[in-house]
Amino acid sequence: MRLVRNALWGAVLAALLSVGAVVLFQRVQTGDGLPLAARIGGPFDLVTHDGTRLRSESLKGTPFAVFFGFTYCPDVCPTTMLELSNILKRLGPDADRMRYFFVSVDTERDTPEHLKLYLSNFDARIMGLTGTAEEIAAVARSYRAIYQKVPTSEGFTYNHTATMYLMDRNGRLASTISYQESEETQLQKLKRLINGN
Amino acid sequence: MKRMIASSLVVAALAAGPAAAEDYKAGSLKIEAPWTRATPVGSKVAGGFMKIENTGKEADRLVGGSATVAGKFEVHEMAMIDNMMKMRELAGGLEIGPGKSVELKPGSFHVMFMDLKETLKEGDKVKGTLKFEKAGTVEVEYAVRAMGAQGGQMKKH
Repeated sequence: MRLVRNALWGAVLAALLSVGAVVLFQRVQTGDGLPLAARIGGPFDLVTHDGTRLRSESLKGTPFAVFFGFTYCPDVCPTTMLELSNILKRLGPDADRMRYFFVSVDTERDTPEHLKLYLSNFDARIMGLTGTAEEIAAVARSYRAIYQKVPTSEGFTYNHTATMYLMDRNGRLASTISYQESEETQLQKLKRLINGN
Repeated sequence: MKRMIASSLVVAALAAGPAAAEDYKAGSLKIEAPWTRATPVGSKVAGGFMKIENTGKEADRLVGGSATVAGKFEVHEMAMIDNMMKMRELAGGLEIGPGKSVELKPGSFHVMFMDLKETLKEGDKVKGTLKFEKAGTVEVEYAVRAMGAQGGQMKKH
């Protein structure tokens, strides 16, 4: 009887240890201690600001950055795009070794043409992506990004995740940039991603 | 000595940054240095910022206003919560308690210019009004600062 009990405890212990090992492995894998990392991101097929379609499979081998925003956003979006543009300038030719996407969550107002006009203010390497409401909802879900339409007396605005996702050449989350992280930190994160470590 | 201090204050004020925006008075309210930001071409919205001080004995509320460049105007609050940008309209206005001052600044309370009719450029001035529940309507002018400017009185980033 005691033998059985010991064996059971042994099994429990072994199970706990293996769970711990998996968690530890995930944390080590994702660098920034983001256990969710393995589940963030996924395939997408959206319309670019030039009106063509972009499939995520075509990005294989190229790291990329994804930001969810909208052009009627007065603060976080232009600030983020401006900061990113400044960093791309500092990166120089290395900046061409990855891609940058601004995914609009405002499928009602942000047409490809309007996205193109808006993004013409920033670094030309930043590409706007849009799609149907369902397509955008699916992409946001796969990135665990949240957005909510908020009605106001004169119109509407959006709440949205302000994180920039940095995806490696295999489309897996490598790191994230939070709103207004220092320019130096952002630069280092992009360099690390471009150089593949 | 006094004059020396005064002139060094002037120098400090001049050195502090771009053209000091004006202050305005409405009843017991003092509105300091309204400013807004240059907008990207194609942008239809901009935030307006300022500090409002209430030297009176009663609370007042900023309930609305206008800007010549905007079709619509609202009073908003923004907050970053867990990396999420949250925006809401202050339907009942923004209260400025007696003896208190409230700063409208990026990432917090602001007025929202909507349906912008033109792109705002750094160095421009934007005329408008602010409407208070008790102090009434006051005309103000916003200094347009650089895109991405984060504020602080007179501070330029």
